[in-house]
Amino acid sequence: MPSPTRRIFDPHIHMTSRTTDDYAAMYDAGVRALVEPSFWLGQPRTSPASFYDYFDSLLGWEPFRAAQYGIAHHCTLALNPKEANDPRCLPVLDELPRYLLKDGVVAVGEIGYDAMTPAEDTALAAQLELARTHELPALVHTPHRDKAAGLARTLDVLRESGLPPASVALDHLNETTVGPAADSGCWLGFSIYPDTKMDPDRMVRILRVHGTERVLVNSAADWGRSDPLKTAHVADAMLAAGFDEDDVDQVLWRNPVAFYGRSGRLRLDATAPEAQLFEGNSILRGGE
Amino acid sequence: MLTPLASLRTGLELRLTADARAWLHLALSEAADAGEHDQARGLPPWERHFVTAGRRCHTTQQQQGSSPDPVDAARVLILHAAAPGTDAVVALYRRGSADERRAVLLALPHLDPPPAAGAALGLVEDALRTNDTRLVAAALGPYAAAHLDAHQWRHGILKCLFTGVPLAAVTGLEHRAAGDGELARMLEDYARERTAAGRAVPEDLGHALRLARFDETPARPASPQDRAEGSES
Repeated sequence: MPSPTRRIFDPHIHMTSRTTDDYAAMYDAGVRALVEPSFWLGQPRTSPASFYDYFDSLLGWEPFRAAQYGIAHHCTLALNPKEANDPRCLPVLDELPRYLLKDGVVAVGEIGYDAMTPAEDTALAAQLELARTHELPALVHTPHRDKAAGLARTLDVLRESGLPPASVALDHLNETTVGPAADSGCWLGFSIYPDTKMDPDRMVRILRVHGTERVLVNSAADWGRSDPLKTAHVADAMLAAGFDEDDVDQVLWRNPVAFYGRSGRLRLDATAPEAQLFEGNSILRGGE
Repeated sequence: MLTPLASLRTGLELRLTADARAWLHLALSEAADAGEHDQARGLPPWERHFVTAGRRCHTTQQQQGSSPDPVDAARVLILHAAAPGTDAVVALYRRGSADERRAVLLALPHLDPPPAAGAALGLVEDALRTNDTRLVAAALGPYAAAHLDAHQWRHGILKCLFTGVPLAAVTGLEHRAAGDGELARMLEDYARERTAAGRAVPEDLGHALRLARFDETPARPASPQDRAEGSES
């Protein structure tokens, strides 16, 4: 059981792909706030309108669903690197400015590299510029393949962007990329997965070496094999390894609040689910 | 006597921090100049204020959580001051977050010039198709009471019962439900379905059913007490 005062902010989770059982389990584990970055849905999109419906969902239905379970929901919006390679999707870049104004948007993301193509170069630079002009932080995905080279190229583009490192989170880091990422001054994001990327014990070893400053721990749970409670598992592993409750609170709450708080748009006042009567029933009763 | 919007503004101003009050004055003043904006220069300033109200419209500590929602109120006032045409109202809804869409619905009965009825009803119907109870409740305000056709309105009432929106949120329930035999039939069928499934009948249903059967006088407002009595019958 988590301590009654434990509060967790999952800075990267794709709730669109998760069930209401997950929301309930996350609340029970101490999750009170999350950020849902826009991403690839598994099935490639073929038109910009598909993105707009998705963005609307991240600004409407999904925050509504989260609120039923006492969890504050925010999002990051962007054209993701994989789909930036399809010219049919590129008009999304022209529509992003009006979306980036919205109250629930706390960063531009996920942006970054997938296969390191020229089209990805263009989309990354354009969206870092959008982050700068909208005074938003940027959530930058580091590639799953050829990760070290991808990080080096990402850092080059970030230096050219003029965005301060304190406004950038580099995500999906691991033992091989944490060093150069830390040297850049950016925030350090770690996605904890059941059997890839990182696990809670490896995360704790990285925290021992690098400390708790500027570290963001997320579940990145989505439609793939993943677990929305991995943030809580890291908290447990930290305590078991000798970190104290304040360290846990820093990594799993205060750090993400500080990073996304740079947007000036965080609202962390979601009420407990039992207080949600009239706004709560369309899901609790199973809808129609 | 103050108009409803003047009362809304006075009530809102009393609840805002000094910074938020200054922001509201600027937003309303720029909205009043909305006609002068060159569309080629991007979003007009009033629309930017409308979109960003959630992070500007802060209430004082003592006033947090009180109703009506201050951000809703600010958006309604901004939209009224900007007096947009029908196309602009529809675009604002279509491009809006759920919170912005709710504010457009709440503003519909106050807009001057009034939006074209067909287009505005399209927005009400869009909101009634969602399962977001905040949108459903906002859709069944004075505009729907005055303009929504009987079939859609009845389905709106059923939707409230399905999704747990209190019928007190429905404007004009007493007058529109009074003597509506088709609504009575739908409510009775729904009550039968729930009972057959061993599930509780929503407590608001009895109140609406009495209205529809003419068992209750239309002049009586739907108060929480009414609904409590309804649950006992």
